[in-house]
Amino acid sequence: MITLTRKIGALTLAGLTEMGRMFNFILYAFYIAIKSPGHPRHVLKQMIFIGVRSSFVIVLTAAFTGMVLGLQGYYTLTKFGSEGMLGVAVALSLIRELGPVLSALMVTGRAGSAISAEIGIMRISEQIDALETMALEPFKYLVAPKLVASLLALPLLCAIFDVVGIWGGYLVGVKLLGVNPGAYFGEMQKSVEWKDVYSGVIKSVCFGGIVSWICCYKGYYTGHGAEGVSRATTTAVVMSSVMILIWDYFITSVLL
Amino acid sequence: MDTKKVGLDTLVGVFVLVGILCLGYLSIRLGKLEIVGGDNYRVYALFDSVSGLKKGASVEIAGVEVGQVDSIGLDPKQAGRARVVLKLQRSVKLQDDVIASVRTRGIIGDKFILLRPGGSDTAIGPGGVIRETESSVDLEDLLSKYIHGKVD
Repeated sequence: MITLTRKIGALTLAGLTEMGRMFNFILYAFYIAIKSPGHPRHVLKQMIFIGVRSSFVIVLTAAFTGMVLGLQGYYTLTKFGSEGMLGVAVALSLIRELGPVLSALMVTGRAGSAISAEIGIMRISEQIDALETMALEPFKYLVAPKLVASLLALPLLCAIFDVVGIWGGYLVGVKLLGVNPGAYFGEMQKSVEWKDVYSGVIKSVCFGGIVSWICCYKGYYTGHGAEGVSRATTTAVVMSSVMILIWDYFITSVLL
Repeated sequence: MDTKKVGLDTLVGVFVLVGILCLGYLSIRLGKLEIVGGDNYRVYALFDSVSGLKKGASVEIAGVEVGQVDSIGLDPKQAGRARVVLKLQRSVKLQDDVIASVRTRGIIGDKFILLRPGGSDTAIGPGGVIRETESSVDLEDLLSKYIHGKVD
């Protein structure tokens, strides 16, 4: 009984410490990003890595997401004889939900895992310690540029996702299934509000923060050896994906 | 090294431009964000009831969309009446005996506002009030009238 109580206590303490450490981590990263942003070239390099290199996979997934939305939406809407609303269904689900969430998940899988592995390997090969020994701030070179770059890149990737997805839906809905093209875009323009667009942008900025936060954190405090890095990478990807979906629910309930 | 740098910059530049272009397309074309206020003017219309009318509903003349419902509220001067602000394109001119009516597209479709131009010579300018209005037809009201046999 006593050992059980002690175990529960230890677990609670460990969880709280971990949470506190994560919170300190992101606060310090923002502080460094604002106080001494370093050379813009660092951010530029991360923009290439997180943004530009992800755009191909984003375009690919967006096209197929839009196409499948067009297909599914058509078969549902045709039961009510309102295929004209297909554009609305595709655009709203992309702009409000699927665009921000799926682009963030793709970035997590593609860039997030790499970020966490990169920082983790620098940690176990004592490069981070070397930076500290030379009185250089590791956050300035490792964390802050990634944070800034992902905050900037995610909304842009999300916008690309939305537009490509809408055209993917157009391809299937209008060209393949014969929905009236005027109705597709006309109804879409009538129904999509500026509020929908900016809530999508806010979401993807938050997701950008979450991805770089968790992936940098997990890499920075990685365990020992190759095994530690591999575990850090896995938990980073799983945790950021889960956090994205959880955060998505809460931010939607606030913004709606 | 230098050419590599230029390539790096260009790549990021292209990415950012494409992203901003997509964002602009979404907000301006689909989201109808007006950066410079647009070429619109506003007029008011007073109704007995605008039940079912929503902000952003279209305003039409002869089936052509000429504007949107900007806001719906109670009339501050006359208690119990609805005041609807219509945002119309600058090119559309309204006479002061124009009739505004709340209509329904189909039986269960969206509500919109139909304007029927009059023959007067004086025009309604920005901030003017449309006096001749027809309120929305309440389907339930009509049905109950029919059931209780009070159709006139």
